[in-house]
Amino acid sequence: MTKWLSRVGWRHGVALLALVFSLFPIVFVVSAALNPLGTLSSTEAVPTGASLGNFANLLSGTDFARWFGNSVLIAGVSAVASVFLSALAAYAFSRMRFRGRRVGLLALLLIQMFPQFLAIVAIFLMFSTITDLWPAIGFNQAWGLILLYLGGALGVNTWLMKGFFDTVPRELDESATMDGASHAQTFFRILLPLVAPVLAVTGLLAFIGTINEFLIANVFLTDTGAKTLSVGMYGLVAGERDNNFGMFCAGTLLTAVPTVLVFQFLQRYIVNGLTAGAVKG
Amino acid sequence: MTALLERETVPAEAPEPSGRGGLAGPLVKIALLGLVAGLAVWAAFPLIAERAWPGLAVLLVATAGLFYLYAGPRHIPAKYLIPGTLFLIVFQLFPVAYTAATAFTNFSDGHRGDKQEAVVAIQTASVTRVPGSTEYALTVATTGDPATGALTFLVTDPASKVVSAGTPDGLTALPAGDVTVNAAGRVTAAAGYTLLNGGQASARSREITDLAVPTPGGAIRSQGLSRAYEGKAGRAYDAGCDCIRDTTSGKTWTADGEVGAFVAADGERLAQGWRVGVGLANFTRLVSDSAVSGPFARTLVWNLIFALASTGGTFVLGLGCALALHSPRVRGRALYRTLLVLPYAMPSFAMLLVWRDMFNTDFGLINNLFGLDVDWFGGAASARIAVILVQLWLGYPYMFLVATGALQAIPPELSEASRIDGASPWQSLRRVTLPLLLVALTPLLISSFAFNFNNFNAIYLTTDGAPFPADNPANGATDLLITYTYRLAFGGSGAQYGFAAAVSIFIFVIVAVISTVSFRRTRRQEEVYS
Repeated sequence: MTKWLSRVGWRHGVALLALVFSLFPIVFVVSAALNPLGTLSSTEAVPTGASLGNFANLLSGTDFARWFGNSVLIAGVSAVASVFLSALAAYAFSRMRFRGRRVGLLALLLIQMFPQFLAIVAIFLMFSTITDLWPAIGFNQAWGLILLYLGGALGVNTWLMKGFFDTVPRELDESATMDGASHAQTFFRILLPLVAPVLAVTGLLAFIGTINEFLIANVFLTDTGAKTLSVGMYGLVAGERDNNFGMFCAGTLLTAVPTVLVFQFLQRYIVNGLTAGAVKG
Repeated sequence: MTALLERETVPAEAPEPSGRGGLAGPLVKIALLGLVAGLAVWAAFPLIAERAWPGLAVLLVATAGLFYLYAGPRHIPAKYLIPGTLFLIVFQLFPVAYTAATAFTNFSDGHRGDKQEAVVAIQTASVTRVPGSTEYALTVATTGDPATGALTFLVTDPASKVVSAGTPDGLTALPAGDVTVNAAGRVTAAAGYTLLNGGQASARSREITDLAVPTPGGAIRSQGLSRAYEGKAGRAYDAGCDCIRDTTSGKTWTADGEVGAFVAADGERLAQGWRVGVGLANFTRLVSDSAVSGPFARTLVWNLIFALASTGGTFVLGLGCALALHSPRVRGRALYRTLLVLPYAMPSFAMLLVWRDMFNTDFGLINNLFGLDVDWFGGAASARIAVILVQLWLGYPYMFLVATGALQAIPPELSEASRIDGASPWQSLRRVTLPLLLVALTPLLISSFAFNFNNFNAIYLTTDGAPFPADNPANGATDLLITYTYRLAFGGSGAQYGFAAAVSIFIFVIVAVISTVSFRRTRRQEEVYS
């Protein structure tokens, strides 16, 4: 028994402690979402009642469905597009030798240390002009925000992917070239499928990052119907935090759904991709 | 600047690289180039309408450049680099450069426009009602949404019955055919305008009171929601002395081009100034102005502590859990792992707000659960502990995932060999596993540090910088530099864009230096171990 304790038992102990720490806020959120009164003050640590009233109120009384759609659209499109842009650049950096390659790589590393939101004042002024000229990509438009987020597509992800591309043996693309494949065919047919894990990981990270982005979206989207989940739900508890708490928690659980789905969909790549990227970072 | 702004359209059409081979390849290429041309034409029309010729020139050159690049066989690396780079230039480099330029100006509330605009603002603000002022019938209208659109005063001249539209830019007469006026002289309909009804107007009464329509010699202001008067400016600009003169007291304020304001002989400054370059003044203020530099230094130290504690804490916790579960003998490992990473799947912005409410003094779960009555965000120490605890919760599942993966990548033969050589499990962990792990994970730790250093959400959505010292409402105990900057730029006490930009530059320099130094060190480490 003591041998079991020192070899395996402590492992269960650590894991259980971590589980309690990890799960109690989530149980609290579930409890609040199911709480029929829907206020913060009446919410207990574990569910005491079960009512879907908060979900119903959220869907009928607020623009939650619109926010949800906006968030999935913005996060989905910008994650896919930014992974693609990043993969293109990583391919060039990994497989080609050209003037300015080293400088370009270092510049990317430096630029991404200046987060986009530090320049929020400049972005605001810039988009005021854009809204006048092209309202379709201006304030309160999903496409405008997507374009803006793509400004950060090249950055640390490009490094991560370049490292991953470097691990794919060059002989593979050389033999493809010998067989008459163009550089584009090599990229799309040979390399992209091989680096799928790192594409999945960067895609997931980009998706999660965009869903949670608050600062820029808050300045950018002011019309109720155009808001994303983070901006809209912040508005729910900004004014009446006690009364709307149940609705807010119901929304939190629903917001987790797309993330979990994307995570499940990409899961088989995740652990491999994370470390493979990390080793090369 | 306009020219640069308009370059924005180009990335909208950033093409994908040439196609998928065979016959499909050229076809895809032609389709994409056609799309580029179409988008360029779409983007060109507003530019032509606005006569923004520099913007149009940039658009043309960029489109031609894309055609040259993708239609021909040369410059292969550029074909892959240009799409992302275009976005990078327009939406990242340009705003950063603009921010850097702003850091050397006095851009702020009261110093937004040029000198001419400042003079107009001063004259308009000094308007007072004098006996014999013209009175107008007023209707408040907007060209946009009744709740948020920019306001316009539709005023009817009592003598000529001419209806004019007044905005902060001035007064323009409307053609008589476009408006309907009732017997009292009030406008009841106007083409192109939405009239505000009584409820909508009173909801925005403050904006209506603040709106002044400049006229020669004064301004039109509202009195109530249905009447307006034309007042006389008490202060006027005198080009001879380049000063503002008060018409009643005769006092003068002379233009000072160094500070961008009108200054009187006794040192009094008018609130409305203009934008000028101030050199390094914003940066020296951070160091030398004692009202700013003391709190700023405190914030910087706390910011470093926060970033280190968040990164280090999540790493230690995550690694601990990964090590505990890194044994084939633990049953239910898959289940443990799935449950442990659940916090990572929850939306962090929402969970930050949930944590804020769990720390609530009166109804919060933490106080309820442990029977405490602690005002968590009221004291500096408890608020700091609270935000770091929240950060641990949010961050450690990611570290756990990463550490698990890295542990699995280490060949088991290594620790086996060390065991056979007589090392204790602790020794084999410290001497074999950890060094290998650190080589793999240091780059991630550095980017995690850079992320946490600027973790805006972690503070803004929980404490919002609280608690604030009584003498300094701008800089709280849990404020990071980034939330402090945000408050400077968008906070209630007047926007200080120039100063905020200077702090942004400062943040960038700190993060860049720390990251560069640590990346250098990692490379050396890698050489040692590999």
